Amino acid sequence: MLKDITIGQYFPGNSLLHTMDARFKIIVTAIFIVMIFAADSFSALLPPLIFFILAFALSGLPVKLIARSMKPIIPVLVFTSVLNVFFVDGKALVSIFGINITDEGLIISGMMVLRLIALICGSSLLTYTTSPIILTDAIEKMLKPLSKIGFPAHELAMMMTIALRFIPTLIEETDKIMSAQKARGAELDSGTLVQRAKALVPILIPLFVSSFRRAEELALAMECRCYHGGEGRTKLREPVSGGKDYAALGVTLLFLCAVLLINMGKVVI
Amino acid sequence: MDNIIKADNISFYYSDIQDEDKPAENKIQIFDGLSLEIAKGSFTVILGHNGCGKSTLAKHMNAILLPCGGKMYAAGIDTADEERIFEIREHIGMVFQNPDNQIVASVVEEDAAFALENMGVPPEEMRQRVDDALKAVGMYEYREHSPSQLSGGQKQRVAIAGIIAMQPDCIVLDEPTAMLDPVGRREVMKTVKRLNREKGVTIVLITHYMDEAAQAERVVVMDGGRIILDDTPCEVFSHVDRLREVGLDVPQSTQLMYIMKQNGYKSADTHIINEEECADLLYDILTKGEQK
Ligand SMILES: Nc1ncnc2c1ncn2[C@@H]1O[C@H](COP(=O)(O)OP(=O)(O)OP(=O)(O)O)[C@@H](O)[C@H]1O
Ligand SMILES: [Mg+2]
Repeated sequence: MLKDITIGQYFPGNSLLHTMDARFKIIVTAIFIVMIFAADSFSALLPPLIFFILAFALSGLPVKLIARSMKPIIPVLVFTSVLNVFFVDGKALVSIFGINITDEGLIISGMMVLRLIALICGSSLLTYTTSPIILTDAIEKMLKPLSKIGFPAHELAMMMTIALRFIPTLIEETDKIMSAQKARGAELDSGTLVQRAKALVPILIPLFVSSFRRAEELALAMECRCYHGGEGRTKLREPVSGGKDYAALGVTLLFLCAVLLINMGKVVI
Repeated sequence: MDNIIKADNISFYYSDIQDEDKPAENKIQIFDGLSLEIAKGSFTVILGHNGCGKSTLAKHMNAILLPCGGKMYAAGIDTADEERIFEIREHIGMVFQNPDNQIVASVVEEDAAFALENMGVPPEEMRQRVDDALKAVGMYEYREHSPSQLSGGQKQRVAIAGIIAMQPDCIVLDEPTAMLDPVGRREVMKTVKRLNREKGVTIVLITHYMDEAAQAERVVVMDGGRIILDDTPCEVFSHVDRLREVGLDVPQSTQLMYIMKQNGYKSADTHIINEEECADLLYDILTKGEQK
């Protein structure tokens, strides 16, 4: 049952978005997020919306993916919007049991919901179109300058790589241990919360022990393959940037300008 | 230089205390004056029951462990020479038992490239060497797969590709088939033998499977940290009693010959280690009707 979990949902493809340099994709996503939080009116949210629709169209991914990425955050959306609707001061529109629903509240919560949706959609688009390993490489490359002041850029990337590699292995192992414990009569799915928490102990302990053994063996195998940290390391796939990456960045900046201009009232929609 | 690996009277013990200044307590002596030479291009199998020091010896071969006494040379370099440690590891590759615990990356080709990335090989050359290595183990079509989608034998071949990409002179394999099913075992053995034959890579194979040992040029039998037999598989397995004493089996054919000999069949020969020869001899005995 644990095997159904998919990690780093990546959908392989050859679209413009798939072939873009991951570093630029990260920067563009960051600017997109700045856009949606800089926008202070519904009309200012229009440019990011158009931007997202454009980007999604270019990715060639099926539209139902958006719905899928939204699903887990629906409770969060409902919760924040309800809070905002009830607890923001302003001109009361309706009053229920002494709690006012204000126009301000409605606007703010509407904005909030739109922002959250945009945030999730934007970052999902990044992980949908970029394989985790390329994403890791890009992050390493971007953080590289920071290693001069002692930031462990390579170590961080290595940790992410190994984590990605071992998550499926550990999930499989957890499954096996759970089956083994169930075969010995462990009741994992019933009982009170405390009982269930206690039932987890005989699963976690073997899992930890085996993880440590794995870590030791992996370290040995890495040493045998001349691993000695990030120094003097080359990469099989060096990220390369081309004209289209700069063009994409330019277009994104234009959209950001549009948002700022609308904010300042220079452009009215 | 004819020997790729040379252990010259080495001794080694594990101790609880890592501190060099204090005298070691609880010493577990593994080797006491062990010497072994492995010729370039050869295919050597090391046998021995659990805990006799096979893995410890293997780890001496690429400077993971250093001898406490005596000298160990790998590819002509003294393994105690700390500055040349990576040079040694480029020459002597090592494959372990559990393929899951030696694959680093979540894409097959990235893993094959791991050693080369560490060595600072330029990307174009790396691409070529990775492709060659994956082709050599027959995993090229799987280069973009995730290791978690592969079978045990395939994973182990990816691990071997990660080593051959370094273009080592010698590969030390520590029970590479112990966790595999018969199909996986055959795949790995075929790959190893082909590397030895076609690329001239020296192979040192540690195993518990006698049929694998029978395929080698030379078999070294260890017991309690010492080498007790060292010869061609044919000769080694003919010492059935001696092997039994140290808790080892012999290939099934040899076993059959041994029993027949005990029962008085004169032409039974315990130098026979493979099925074909055994079958031929049985055929002769049956057709000629040899009596006890
Ligand atoms: N890190 C260690 N610290 C202390 N003792 C160890 C260590 N590693 C191995 N030993 C001991 O050294 C002896 C030889 O171990 P080694 O792993 O070399 O045996 P082996 O021949 O490879 O056995 P197997 O067939 O089980 O793999 C064993 O008795 C073991 O308990
Ligand atoms: Mg061992």
